[in-house]
Amino acid sequence: MAEKEVLLKVDNITKRFGGIVAVDHVSCTVRKGEVVSIIGPNGAGKTTVFNMLTGVYEVDEGEIIFNGNPIHNKDPKEIVAAGISRTFQNIRLFSDLRVIENVLIGAHIKTKYNFFQSVFRTKKFREEEDKKTAEAIQLLKSIGLDYRRDDYASNLPYGEQRKLEITRAIATGAQLILLDEPAAGMNPQESAELMEFINKLKDQGYTILMIEHDMSVVMNVSDRIYVIDHGKPIAEGLPEEIANNPKVIEAYLGGVQNDAEDQ
Amino acid sequence: MNFVHTMETFVEGKKKILLILLAVFLIALPYMLNSQYLVTVAVKIGSYTLLALGLNVLTGYTGLVSLGHAGFVAIGAYTSSLCAVKLGMNFFASMILGMVVAGLAGVLLGLPTMRVTGTYLSIITLGFGEIIKMIAMNWSSVTNGTLGVKNIPRPSIFGYDLTIANNGLYYLMLVLVLITTLFCIAVVKSKTGRAFQAIRADELASTMMGINITSYKILSFVISACICALGGALYASLIGYIDPNTFNFDVSTLILSIVILGGMGTIRGMFVGAAILIAFPEVSRFLMEYRFVLYGVILVLMMRFRPQGIMGWKSTMPYRLSKNVKEQVEKMDKNAPLNLLNETKG
Amino acid sequence: MLAQQIFNGLALGMGYALIAVGYSLVFGILRLVNFSHGAIYAFGAEMAMVFIGLNFGIVPGIIASMILTGILGIAIDKIALEPLRKKHSMPIASLITTIGVSNIITNLLIVFLGSEKRNFPQLFNFGSVKIGSVVISSTQIMMCVVSLILMGVLVFIVYKTKIGLAMRASEQNAKAANLMGINVNFVISFTFFLAGMSATIAGALVGGYYQIVYPNMGFMAGLKAFAAAVLGGIGSLPGALLGGLIVGVSESMAASFMGSTYRDSIAFVILIIVLIVRPHGLFGRKGITKV
Repeated sequence: MAEKEVLLKVDNITKRFGGIVAVDHVSCTVRKGEVVSIIGPNGAGKTTVFNMLTGVYEVDEGEIIFNGNPIHNKDPKEIVAAGISRTFQNIRLFSDLRVIENVLIGAHIKTKYNFFQSVFRTKKFREEEDKKTAEAIQLLKSIGLDYRRDDYASNLPYGEQRKLEITRAIATGAQLILLDEPAAGMNPQESAELMEFINKLKDQGYTILMIEHDMSVVMNVSDRIYVIDHGKPIAEGLPEEIANNPKVIEAYLGGVQNDAEDQ
Repeated sequence: MNFVHTMETFVEGKKKILLILLAVFLIALPYMLNSQYLVTVAVKIGSYTLLALGLNVLTGYTGLVSLGHAGFVAIGAYTSSLCAVKLGMNFFASMILGMVVAGLAGVLLGLPTMRVTGTYLSIITLGFGEIIKMIAMNWSSVTNGTLGVKNIPRPSIFGYDLTIANNGLYYLMLVLVLITTLFCIAVVKSKTGRAFQAIRADELASTMMGINITSYKILSFVISACICALGGALYASLIGYIDPNTFNFDVSTLILSIVILGGMGTIRGMFVGAAILIAFPEVSRFLMEYRFVLYGVILVLMMRFRPQGIMGWKSTMPYRLSKNVKEQVEKMDKNAPLNLLNETKG
Repeated sequence: MLAQQIFNGLALGMGYALIAVGYSLVFGILRLVNFSHGAIYAFGAEMAMVFIGLNFGIVPGIIASMILTGILGIAIDKIALEPLRKKHSMPIASLITTIGVSNIITNLLIVFLGSEKRNFPQLFNFGSVKIGSVVISSTQIMMCVVSLILMGVLVFIVYKTKIGLAMRASEQNAKAANLMGINVNFVISFTFFLAGMSATIAGALVGGYYQIVYPNMGFMAGLKAFAAAVLGGIGSLPGALLGGLIVGVSESMAASFMGSTYRDSIAFVILIIVLIVRPHGLFGRKGITKV
């Protein structure tokens, strides 16, 4: 099988908070069209990795290369424009806005008209606004959320809120979608739907990097898996390799009770 | 909720007739009132509607609470009346100049949003209001200091004075309120308005959508400042005399109270809020000093029982799509690929 | 001249500091700027005046007013603010409520006592001290002494007593404190009581200093004390003291060297500069962004 083009290359990144090393020389590679998972016990530093990837935290050491360009320590909005978008562990929708408005906000950077064009309702404004609205509706239809288009995001059931958050991330035009525990709090049926959804995204050519605890989801959708514990990388490989890796089993069974909240 | 839905459906269905009725009512109002005092009150309500529309952009939509908006009102009122009194400039030119100066001050006050958020930002705006007052008091060579600006001329168009007596000031107010309302609707229903509301809901998530929150916050300050300066210019020409104490902290809280009473983040609420809070002290003169006590009681009760404001419901009507989009939606296939990705490549 | 102004400013600043602690205490626990605090201060001063007028004598009159004002503080919280907390209202709802409460208190004072300025008795009169060219009146000395004692008492209460520990625990995390068996609502009431009492003392001292009280006296003083609280780092007692002194000294310097019209605004100029440089005030703590 020919190796696909590398989309994201994380090289030995480190993050310290005071004296604590939250992420210690973690590396990973994501190729175009892959679904890659990062797993590890609570407090392992997974979300911190995401925060560095998206520019929320500065990287103390190491570099992040996306599409051939360094993006570490760039402003979050530049990283979004470069093509990385994310969801959050605790859903962060614009909850008092409608579903379609959430998706349109996702498309913010791709909506090309300026302030004055919108005030005077010029042709350019109307065309662009119509185009983006139609695209947003198309996206919602493909994802099966269009029947919720006019609802307020806060009125959606949990599973659909997760779905909407992913939709919003897709709407930014990102090539790489980071999913932070997408199955958290879902019942088995919702998780099954989520897996189907992620596979659908993969078929469409999206690249996904995911943090997840639900092993059935991880094992079913991932092409490759990275495992970190206490901020350090401990294993990487195909799902079946990881499932049988003694170090991983020890990290999960031996260290869980000592760890603090992962954030 | 059901009541809101029934009402909204009714309004939506009879929109054209209702708008015509409203226009006729507003145009005929001064003749129905037939009293200079009542027309003055109506113009005052209009001025405060402008101020509330201005603050609403910042506080209602962007979620930044300002406790010093009287400062922007003062800038608009002082700049326009000084230009009119000292330089003999036309009302409209001096009003626009006032808006420009206020807009610049808005940029200045917007800059701290890069470092300061939440309550602390509100405190900075409070300080801003006090500092503007201090400048008005002390820059005597320009502002006349504590003596204030007297004999502010009424606006005039082609030599025709717009006064309370000939209802000109009332119609001017009506036109300004109409333009400002349309402007606000245009801003809110665009990517700018969506960015404002996104920032209000969740700053971090907004950043992650690629929204430049600093520049949108500054833009919000500028829009808000310009509208308030417009209201200030109108208000100054209505009362004919301003001094630094015309624009104290009480004015800032009054504007904020209008926005909240009417319903933050709604445009309809600003009219209702201004009408109630400005008319209330006038119609309740018989209550004497108690009316200000009652004013406080109203605020407290509102916050307890209807914090979203009188008009602060969420619309139950579907999201409005243009004809063009509706046609496209009909043709859409729900199994079509997620074509957004391909587009960014091309 | 300069030394004299500095000393005048320090005495005045002590008064601001006492009002500022009220803002700080309440903000610490509720994360709420209590805009009614200026009115509470005016209420305390006016009530002290009323009780003294009823021949209570000066000190018992002030104490009676302290208790009454403390109870007013509790009442404001119980009637207006606690219901909002129970409903988990938006923070701005509480803020507007305190503005409304401020309106109610001030205008009730005007209705019942009249809006005019009334003479307040001089509290202390045992001559004045002269050091070089600086004349320090007994009122100024007593303002400093009483304020310092009161600040000491407050620091003792907050850091050395059981209720103080409960206050600090509620400040850190009200939910967790509640689960540990702390009656958070009682702690909040107690905080409002303390804030009301210190505001009364400030009102009586400042009233005695200028020998004047009026219902609107809390408006400007409240805003400036609030600036002082934020300046020092709202939620911090030493911060309130430092902030109060900075505001007092800068005000008296501005009034004598720049003109009396600068008096009321100089505090805000300093406030804005401090907030831009140190967004959480001089002694304030910074939070970490969590995702």
